[in-house]
Amino acid sequence: MARVNGSPDRPFPPGDYPVVVVGSGPGGLQTSYCLTRLGVEHAVISADEKAGGMFQKWPIFQRLLSWSKPEAPYPRTSEYYEWYDHNSLLADEPENRALVVEQMDRTRMVPSRPEMERGHAAFAERAGVRVRYGCRWEATRQEADGFTLVTTEGEYRCRAAVFATGVTTPWKSNIPGIEGVPHYSECREPAAYEGKTVFVIGKRNSGFEIADGLEPWACRIILVSPRPVQTGVLALATVRVRYFEPLEDASWGGGTFALDAALERIERTSTGFRIHATGTTRPGELVIDADAAIAATGFTTPFQDLRELGCVTVANDRIPALTPFWESVSTPGIYFAGNATQGAAGLRKHGVGSASGTVSGFRYNARLLARHLAETHFGVQLPRPEIAERDLVPFLLSELTRGPALWNQKGYLGRVVSLDALRDEGIEPLQHFVDSPGPDAVAASVEMDGEANICPVVYVRRGGRVQEHVMDPHPLHEYEGEDYRRRVEEALA
Amino acid sequence: MNDMTERLALLSLFSDLTKPQLEHVSHMFEEEMFPAGQRILRQGFTGANLYVILDGEACIVLDGKELARLGRGEFFGEVSALLGEPPTADVQAATPLRCLVIPQPEVKSFLVSNPQVMYRILQAEARRLSYTLQWRG
Repeated sequence: MARVNGSPDRPFPPGDYPVVVVGSGPGGLQTSYCLTRLGVEHAVISADEKAGGMFQKWPIFQRLLSWSKPEAPYPRTSEYYEWYDHNSLLADEPENRALVVEQMDRTRMVPSRPEMERGHAAFAERAGVRVRYGCRWEATRQEADGFTLVTTEGEYRCRAAVFATGVTTPWKSNIPGIEGVPHYSECREPAAYEGKTVFVIGKRNSGFEIADGLEPWACRIILVSPRPVQTGVLALATVRVRYFEPLEDASWGGGTFALDAALERIERTSTGFRIHATGTTRPGELVIDADAAIAATGFTTPFQDLRELGCVTVANDRIPALTPFWESVSTPGIYFAGNATQGAAGLRKHGVGSASGTVSGFRYNARLLARHLAETHFGVQLPRPEIAERDLVPFLLSELTRGPALWNQKGYLGRVVSLDALRDEGIEPLQHFVDSPGPDAVAASVEMDGEANICPVVYVRRGGRVQEHVMDPHPLHEYEGEDYRRRVEEALA
Repeated sequence: MNDMTERLALLSLFSDLTKPQLEHVSHMFEEEMFPAGQRILRQGFTGANLYVILDGEACIVLDGKELARLGRGEFFGEVSALLGEPPTADVQAATPLRCLVIPQPEVKSFLVSNPQVMYRILQAEARRLSYTLQWRG
């Protein structure tokens, strides 16, 4: 393909590129960073005017849910610190790590929206991630040897396209009358809800974010969705910072309500909205009058015309269905990075999903996607360092104890060592490891069991068959002791 | 109703549920899509979930041999999920396959709170047992 050069401030003019990455949020920045380090030529285009993606405007109430702990057992320049920092992007250079933490004022353990945005912008600048901003992807054509992306600036041809456009298009469920209800993304200034009864459709993150943000202003807040809030699960999750104040208010009867009900229809009245619903956990008809209503019903991937190219979806048509390496299951050559990588569910043991819907998880997916593209499409041979036999078990135990990819993507990514030649194969999607043929090898993984205990697990592949070895939890998550050494040795015997 | 609710309403397993109950189920659990050939249950692995087929076919495979095929409205993983034991065979997608995934830790509470679904599952299990006994006899 022809090489195309642009000016330093307007890189990547339309033309032919091996790979085109669409998007300049954390998924796009991380993918481009990793492709560059692997020597894979690519273009990055973005409809935005600067880096940051959705964090330029959301969350509406300006505070994230994912933590970054400024102080941790490892220095911020260490890759092991990544487990304590769920928001910064990954870098090989120590000075480019933990850049979101650098922005935080330490009033909270979770960064504010501007701190997150500044951290990612700093990453783009310092790590030299170049983007052609103001270039909007509008349409896609499948060609014999790849794809053509039609943009506001012209056509980009590529062998592989990576869509890192987030899960950012407002989505509403098809409840009659919901079309007249403003979406979360259209929520007004809190003062606009002063003294009002506000009806919120949805009891997930964005619904409780709105309830939390409006509590100082609204008179009554009524959250409704069919599914009850799982307080036992929330108590251990970072999202509790948003959920528990409204729930506490609801439990005291202070004017906030969290109702389990299926919505029948929403009517406009002269003063606001009338909502007709039927209880789920407590049967019965409900009619609720409200001055204002907000649909906190989530977002969908901006697919443009990718469905017409054959990309199949899940989750009420909101998320692409993906292979373990984040390629469309139905349209080869179309890849996704960022939040949409939750479309590759992984092993989902005990029902536990991935962390791919957050920066903490998908930054590792982007690194693996770049390696996968480099090896499978462009013949790049990645180093696979040898491991001495005496170092094998200590290496696996060290990964289980502090490997950041394993801890951030529990039960989803594993550290793999081939056993014939004893080589570090790096991180792989666990589903790929257990379901694909390959040489004898071992994969180490940190997982949650059915009782939400964190457990170390190794998978040993010999003669094409994979056996799972689940080890006991440790109260301090220290897996380098004698018991664990013996268990891993037995698994490898 | 959302798309998932409409699809669940068409399955006999959920045919006794009211519309609000169907909405509840569709908000509780996620959908997963598997390409043909993808393993879903893995012999000997812990943590298997209960899967209800929304579209497509799955096959039960033991030592490379297909033992049975399951279609829309049928389910698999119930034995492992109820007993907390690893599957004794693989289940893989025979065609592109869409399933509703009921996580193993939530199977008990889901069935107890939806006795109509539990009854339908028992009926299906009875049919499978009856078929197996006839086949052996």
